Amino acid sequence: MTFLFYMLSAIMIISALLVVFSTNPINSVIYLIICFIAMAGHYILLNAQFLAVVHIIVYTGAIMVLFLFVIMLLNLNKAIIPQKSQLTRISAVVTGGLFFLVVLAATRQTFEIHPRYPFTGDIGLVKEVGKALFHEFLLPFEMSSVLFISAMVGAVMFGKKDN
Amino acid sequence: MDWTILLYKTIFLFIILLVTLLVAMYSTYGERKVAAFMQDRRGPNRAGPFGLLQPLADGVKMFMKEEIIPLTANRTLFILGPSIAMTTALLTGVVIPWGGTLIIGGREFSMQIADLNIGILYVFAMVSIGVYGIMIGGWASNNKYALLGAIRAASQMISYELAMGMSIVALVITTGSLSLHDIVTQQHGMHWNIFYQPLGFLIFITCAFAETNRAPFDLPECETELIGGYHTEYSSMKLGFYLFAEYINMFISSAVITTLYFGGYNMPFIDQLGLSPNTVTLLGTAFFFVKILSMIFLFMWIRWTLPRFRYDQLMNLGWKGLIPLAIFNILATGVYYYFTELT
Amino acid sequence: MQMLTDRSKVVSDKKMTFMERIYIPAIVKGMFITLKHFFGKKTTISYPEQKREFSKVYRGQHVLKRDDIGRERCTACGLCAVACPAEAITMIAAERKPGEENLYREEKYAAVYEINMLRCIFCGDCEDACPKEAIFLTDRIVASQYKRKPFIYGKDMLVEPLDPSKRIDISARQTENVNKFKLEKRFAHNK
Repeated sequence: MTFLFYMLSAIMIISALLVVFSTNPINSVIYLIICFIAMAGHYILLNAQFLAVVHIIVYTGAIMVLFLFVIMLLNLNKAIIPQKSQLTRISAVVTGGLFFLVVLAATRQTFEIHPRYPFTGDIGLVKEVGKALFHEFLLPFEMSSVLFISAMVGAVMFGKKDN
Repeated sequence: MDWTILLYKTIFLFIILLVTLLVAMYSTYGERKVAAFMQDRRGPNRAGPFGLLQPLADGVKMFMKEEIIPLTANRTLFILGPSIAMTTALLTGVVIPWGGTLIIGGREFSMQIADLNIGILYVFAMVSIGVYGIMIGGWASNNKYALLGAIRAASQMISYELAMGMSIVALVITTGSLSLHDIVTQQHGMHWNIFYQPLGFLIFITCAFAETNRAPFDLPECETELIGGYHTEYSSMKLGFYLFAEYINMFISSAVITTLYFGGYNMPFIDQLGLSPNTVTLLGTAFFFVKILSMIFLFMWIRWTLPRFRYDQLMNLGWKGLIPLAIFNILATGVYYYFTELT
Repeated sequence: MQMLTDRSKVVSDKKMTFMERIYIPAIVKGMFITLKHFFGKKTTISYPEQKREFSKVYRGQHVLKRDDIGRERCTACGLCAVACPAEAITMIAAERKPGEENLYREEKYAAVYEINMLRCIFCGDCEDACPKEAIFLTDRIVASQYKRKPFIYGKDMLVEPLDPSKRIDISARQTENVNKFKLEKRFAHNK
């Protein structure tokens, strides 16, 4: 199990880095898909089968397909992003890293992470997730569905022809 | 770790793999025969008795053909495409319960490789990854027809996955479980889900046709407009993989439909015969395959009957027809169970 | 407008009824039609085992006839080559030497007689043109080949065997009517 964990983590980190570093956007998307699948593997290691599968269906199967779709249609075959000079790049990395450090230092003490529930083996199974969603988090759950409906209505409005 | 179970699962996995490939292989033969019979022809009958060696001959032909990878294609992705299509097609078979339990030497062996408690969703996940095989292959070919085919395939599969998922939600309301094993055991006797979910079944099977890219929804690969669609540039065994993946998908989706709606390996009136448990299990598996093969025949029957949909008709049917119907089905099922089985 | 057939249908643009719009009855109807064909009689003829009957006047591979005592009838007049619309026939004539009377009926004969089967359209004009009843089209099929060369049939392929039992039967193409017609044509210029 430990071996699997490290392997999945390695795959995730490497593919996540490759998402950023590859110049071809299609390759980026594919690395992101690999990253997501490895993440689903992590869920399975935590015995959260439901989360793993829903993650694959929603993120890998739907959202990334749309990403791929758009990139294919835009025909970003060649890297068309203008190349920045070496100096700009280095300074950008340094500045970004420093900013990250500052934020981390500032917020480190502000909150502690308390797990709301003690971790048990079957916390990610359908039954437990369903109970949590429909008892404790019923309001946020329903609110998010309302949010989705409004988003859908908005999309339809955008999609309609002007008249 | 129980080594007997591990060994059994490994062997069983290989058997399932082989059976899947064999059925897919002979589906190609069956398809040609069915097509021929429906068009008053005889079909392949030269290779071996009744042409039974035709799939082998086709396979050999596919292997012997020249392999062409276009110069402008993205080589890695071009090879990756058919591999994904084939792998995801084969992976789905592990959650399907192929039979009951066998008792060998006093121990029980389940004829299902993995009884996930989210079995149906796993099938969905595999189907949704399967889209990539087509999309990546179509894009990597660097061909306009292939790209158009890939885009059609992807949009079609995403659209119909929604209605399919919703038809499954209604089914899950009736069964109360996502595990394929539970769903099958609940249908013992003649309590097949098709009698409880006829509308859901119709939606599901329509979507299954669309998901497997088969006629009347085979427009990602329609020859007349897209000269083969996403596999325009493919040749040799890579093309063979794509075509083969389609038949595996057909077999697997027939198995899923049978499991979900036709009682899986349950045989009616088997309990009254008073047979030994092992015989019942084996008979059940045989009956399961009979059901699957009839379902495959239905797939072919429809393919050689109906003309192809136009793209806008397809989208209309999916979004304006099936999804509202599926939502209505969920509501009706929910209301029914709310009033009849208050718990 | 005057209709040429009674099969024409008036196309209408009417709205479909609900039953028509859910397609399912139409699909089931179509599926029963295909099922009927599934069990119906097959129209295919499995060729090598089962041969379709030829028409009585089928025009297939040519034959150069011999007469009753085995002499070649052809006199290399070239009328067939002239009549041939596809220009498939070529020949080289030669003079009969003394002692060859049992081989050739006339004093002049065809030393080389070739028909290019790729050009031939099997119209039968050569047969019509022949004044010596030497060339006929038979009900044999010209075999397929992988190369072009073997399609040029020489005398070895065209002349019928000497053995009387292996003679090619052309009686179907030489009925009384045909003979009469040929005779009339031969003497037509005398009228």
